[in-house]
Amino acid sequence: MGRTVAEKIFDDHRVDTPFGDIHVIRLDAVFCHEITTPIAINDLISRGKDRVFNPSKLKVVIDHVTPAKDAKTALQGKILRDWAHRHRIPDFFDIGRNGVCHALFPEKGFVRPGYTIIMGDSHTCTHGAFGAFAAGVGTTDLEVGILKGVCAFHYPHSIKIIITGNLPESVYAKDVILSVIGRIGVNGATNKIIEFTGPVIDAMSMEGRMTICNMAVEAGATCGICYPDKTTVGYLWEFIQNDYGSPEEAVDDFSKFLPDEDADYEEILEHDVSALEPQATFGYKPDQVTAARNLNGTPVDQVYIGSCTNGRMEDLRIAAQVLRGRRIKDTVRGIVSPATPKIFREALEEGILRIFLDAGFCVTNPTCGACLGMSNGVLAEGEVCASTTNRNFNGRMGKGAMVHLMSPATAAATALAGHITPWVP
Amino acid sequence: MKPFSGQVLFLDRSDINTDEIIPARYLTENTREALQPFLLEDIDIEGFNPGTDLHAKSVIITRANFGCGSSREHAPWALEANGIHLVIAESFARIFKQNMFNCGMMAVELSAETLDEIFSTYAGTDTHLITQLDKNRFIIKNHAHTHTISFSLSGFDLALVMAGGWVEYADLHY
Repeated sequence: MGRTVAEKIFDDHRVDTPFGDIHVIRLDAVFCHEITTPIAINDLISRGKDRVFNPSKLKVVIDHVTPAKDAKTALQGKILRDWAHRHRIPDFFDIGRNGVCHALFPEKGFVRPGYTIIMGDSHTCTHGAFGAFAAGVGTTDLEVGILKGVCAFHYPHSIKIIITGNLPESVYAKDVILSVIGRIGVNGATNKIIEFTGPVIDAMSMEGRMTICNMAVEAGATCGICYPDKTTVGYLWEFIQNDYGSPEEAVDDFSKFLPDEDADYEEILEHDVSALEPQATFGYKPDQVTAARNLNGTPVDQVYIGSCTNGRMEDLRIAAQVLRGRRIKDTVRGIVSPATPKIFREALEEGILRIFLDAGFCVTNPTCGACLGMSNGVLAEGEVCASTTNRNFNGRMGKGAMVHLMSPATAAATALAGHITPWVP
Repeated sequence: MKPFSGQVLFLDRSDINTDEIIPARYLTENTREALQPFLLEDIDIEGFNPGTDLHAKSVIITRANFGCGSSREHAPWALEANGIHLVIAESFARIFKQNMFNCGMMAVELSAETLDEIFSTYAGTDTHLITQLDKNRFIIKNHAHTHTISFSLSGFDLALVMAGGWVEYADLHY
């Protein structure tokens, strides 16, 4: 019987099968941020087990609320910072070097095909874009990961979603994943791994693949996975060039993580995007998805461009293309948060930040802040935000506020119009 | 082992997410107990008032895909801080369910038909649930009715409940 990507990775990392379909796997990396890690650290201290399994396999960042907004978030940062220093964790990213975890860690080369990664953050599934198994976990799983370097998972049943057709103009990775979630529902992939494949994924950049895999959890998936190929190797080359004679050799090596032809899937779906229009959500669930034009005229108070879903260079370039030489509506507050310092610097050097500033946007430092209503753009009750983030849950960006999820292009066009509208080039 | 019996709170909606269970604005707390006043503060259910409706409840019975969204273990912690150690639903999001058992709490699945019957018989009434873990069954009752309902836990989930959680289990085994 052939094996899926996740089955191959599990076979490579299995430590134990203590019960039925429970597989305890060895971890190649444990990612940590300041919201879910401090309680794990405090718990380890109180148990007299303030240890880490391997400092070089821990990657640590302060990203959710940075700079700290108050005494409590300052304390969360301090607990994480002190711990990282105490254990001599080499890869710790504090203010000035920090960015949104799921944009920063791939950029640093911490994700490789075939890796196993956990983090106390549901959007850890983003890293599956590299052909890795990466899953969000709670603080207790994180705590055991930090201490022992292992995590338990149910058997990784997979579904395969083949994205076919040609992406129309002004339709992007975000529209693709919103349409998939709209189709299969918020419970459509619970406890499963989604392999995203097909010509549309093959042609997509790593940024686009990360956008796709980032939202796999909004359909309940444990991880979204794209197959490692020359695009993956191209992104990683600066980090792996000493391990391989040529990029082709690396592609060939990573092909050991491709699924077998006779691999067993619970479901195989074809998803044609040739007629797809720019998408947007309505309501409080990420599967409440419609064409953005159906929401035409819905006034918005704020437009937010950023996050682990759509705060990367490609996203900022697309939004800037829409905004260039134009001003956003004066009833709209525009906020853009480049996801990492590297992206911030590139956007600065390319003149993209100037386009945002000229259009009337506020440019913030890299942080998760507004996406989950913690800082840097929290909404008031009754307000509406057009957002490139990943969750439109009730209260997500502010108690009593409404969030409409969409692509950076649609968000930028919405900022210009003052109401939801797709971008018509 | 934690107690798994008591008064029942019915939440008659699917897809209740972890932002509804405990909003992100409270994730700055550094203790579990501090989450107690904020449980279900943002829940999107008409007429539900967490201030009064949570009083003295120890068990939640709800519908499908409970706990979807964020990985925050603050969701089970906020339940525990309110004395709720058992959630019964048609299904759960993966991370939430694992977090519950990792904390030595229980997330138990029952069929949609069984839940329909429970909701139609007991929702809106003063309902008590008794968990008999050794017999793998719940006894649910109100002033007029009693039902005995079987459930099953996986070997791993039961081991976590008995061990008191995943840290304790992993420390013994790995």
